[in-house]
Amino acid sequence: MATARPARATDPVKFRHAVSFAGAAVTAACASLGAIALLVILGYVALQGFRAINVAFLTQLPVPVGEPGGGVANGIVGTLVTVGVAVLIATPLGLLSGLFLALFGRGWFPEAVRFLSDVLSGIPSIAIGLFAYTLLVAPFRHFSALSASFAFALLMLPLILRTSEEAVRSVPRAIREGALALGLSEFASTMRIVLPAARPAIITGLLLAIARVTGETAPLLFTAFGSQFWELNPTQPMAQLPLQVFTYAISPYQSWHQQAWAGALLLILAVLVLNVLARLVLSPKAQR
Amino acid sequence: MPRREDMKNRNYAAIAAADRVFLLVVYAAAGLFVLLVAMLFVELVHGSWPSIVAFKFKFLWTSEWNPVTGQFGALPLIYGTLVTSLIAIVLAGFVGILAAAYLAEFAPGWIARPLGFVIELLAAVPSVVFGLWGLFVLAPFVRTVLGPFLQKTLGFLPLFQGSISGVGMLTAGLILALMVLPTVTAISREVIVAIGSDLREASMSLGATKWETVARVVIPASRVGIFGAIVLALGRALGETIATTMVIGNRPEIAASLFAPSYTLASVIANEFTEANGTVYISALVELGLLLFIVSFLVNAMARLLLWAVLREKS
Repeated sequence: MATARPARATDPVKFRHAVSFAGAAVTAACASLGAIALLVILGYVALQGFRAINVAFLTQLPVPVGEPGGGVANGIVGTLVTVGVAVLIATPLGLLSGLFLALFGRGWFPEAVRFLSDVLSGIPSIAIGLFAYTLLVAPFRHFSALSASFAFALLMLPLILRTSEEAVRSVPRAIREGALALGLSEFASTMRIVLPAARPAIITGLLLAIARVTGETAPLLFTAFGSQFWELNPTQPMAQLPLQVFTYAISPYQSWHQQAWAGALLLILAVLVLNVLARLVLSPKAQR
Repeated sequence: MPRREDMKNRNYAAIAAADRVFLLVVYAAAGLFVLLVAMLFVELVHGSWPSIVAFKFKFLWTSEWNPVTGQFGALPLIYGTLVTSLIAIVLAGFVGILAAAYLAEFAPGWIARPLGFVIELLAAVPSVVFGLWGLFVLAPFVRTVLGPFLQKTLGFLPLFQGSISGVGMLTAGLILALMVLPTVTAISREVIVAIGSDLREASMSLGATKWETVARVVIPASRVGIFGAIVLALGRALGETIATTMVIGNRPEIAASLFAPSYTLASVIANEFTEANGTVYISALVELGLLLFIVSFLVNAMARLLLWAVLREKS
C-alpha cells in the first residue's frame, strides 16, 4: 500500500508539530477560561454594584421593602466583629498547633494532626455550622454571633495551622540552634528568633484564612442568624453582610436585588484585597 | 546573700520550668485541635440521634422528603447532590487538567505566574457571589441560549428533555464547575511540576513533540495525583451550599432531565433549618449534615492520601 502514501500532502513531522501547536493552543484556551470566568463575574458584579452603591448603603440600617434608601451598615460591622472574634479564637490555637507540628513533626500524633487538619479543610462549612449550632446555639436557646465566630474559627484553623507549620519550618535550623547554643531557652528562642523570622509567612496564612471566611454564608444561617438592628454584643444574633446579600438576592424585589449586587461588590472587594495583601506580605520587598 | 552559683542554678531551673510549660501549651493546643474535630463528629451524631432512631437506614434510600407528614427520606437529595457534583467534576476536570498542563508545561513564566494567580483568585470569590451571578446571569443564559441549544442538538437524550426554567441541576452543575476549577487546576499543576524533568527529557530526546510528551508521558505519569485533585474537587462540590441553593430550584424530586429543579443535601439544610420545628425534623436535617460530614471526610481522606503519596515522594 506504500504507493498510496505519497498522495499525502503534509510530511508527518510537520503534521506532528501542527498537532503539538494545536494541543498547546487548546490548553491555553482552557487556562484562559478560568481567568475569563473570574473577569466576567468581577465585571458584572462591579457594573451592577457600582450602580447601586452609595453613602446611605454604607451608613444606614436596612429599611423594609418598598421604602427607598437603607443600607447594610449593621451587616458590615457585624461581619467585621464576627470575623474579628474568629481571628482571636483561631490565631493562638492555630499558631500553637502549627508550632507543635514544626517542633515535633515526626511520629503518629503529629501525622494524625496534619491529616485531620487537611481533612477538616475539606469539610463543608454547613456541617461545621451545624456543629456550632448544636454546641453553642441549641443549649442556650438563642442565636449568637459568637457561635458564628466559633464556626469561622474552625474553618480558618486548618489554613493557619498548616501555614504556620510551613513558616516555622522554613526558618533555617541553624538559626534556632544558634539561639539555643547562646543559652536562650526553647521558649525564648521561639518567641524572639523563630517566630519573627517566620512572621511574613504566618501573616500571609492568616490573611488567606480571613479571606476564606469573609463572605462565607452557609454557617451564618443558623448561628449569627442576622438582625435588622444595630447589634454589637457577640452573644446576640447579629446582622451579617453575606446573609443580607443572600436574603436580598433570593427575594422577589427589584430594589433588594440592587442592594444584593452592591453587597456582593463589597464582599468581593474585601476578599480580593485580602488575597493581594497576602501576596504582598510575602514579596521579597516587604521582607527587607 | 545567695551565692552566684545558686543564682545560676535557680535561673536554669526557672528556664527549664518555663520551657516545660511552653512545650506543654504547644502540645495542649494540638490536643485541643484533635478534640475539636472529634467533637464535631460526636455532636453531629448526637444531634441526629432522634432521626437515626426513627428512620434507621431507610433514611438513605426512601425518596419522600415531606416535613408535613414527618417522612424524611434523603434519596432525592443524595441524587441531586451526586448529579450536580458529577457535572461539575466532569467539566472542571477536563478544563482544569488541560489548564494545569498549560501552566506547568507550555506557558512561559511571565504568563504562568499571573495567570495561575488569577485562576486561584476565582477560588476566593465568595459562594454567595457565585450564587448571585448564577441566579441573575447564568440561569437566564441557560433558559434562553444553552438549554434550547442542547435540546436541539442532544434532545433525543432523556437528560436534555422537558421544560427549561433556568434553575435546575445543569445550572447548579455549571456554577459548581466554575467553583472547583481552581482546585483542579492548582493541584494538578503542582502534581505535574513534581514529576521532574527526567521523563520529560527522555520523551523529548526520543523525538516526541511537546504535546506528545505532555499527553502521553507527563499526564499519564501524574495520573494518581491528578485523580487526587479531582477527588478533592468532588469533595468541594458535594458540600457547596449557598451557590447551589440559589440556582438549583429546591425541589426534592428525582428527575432524569438536567433542566429539572432538584435539591442537594447542603441546600436542604440551608433552606429549611431555621424554619424546621419538631425534634425529628431538626434532627433529620442534622443527619443530612452528618451524612455530608462522613462523605466529605472519606472523600478528602482519600484525596489527601493520594496526594501525600505523590507530592512527598517527589519533594
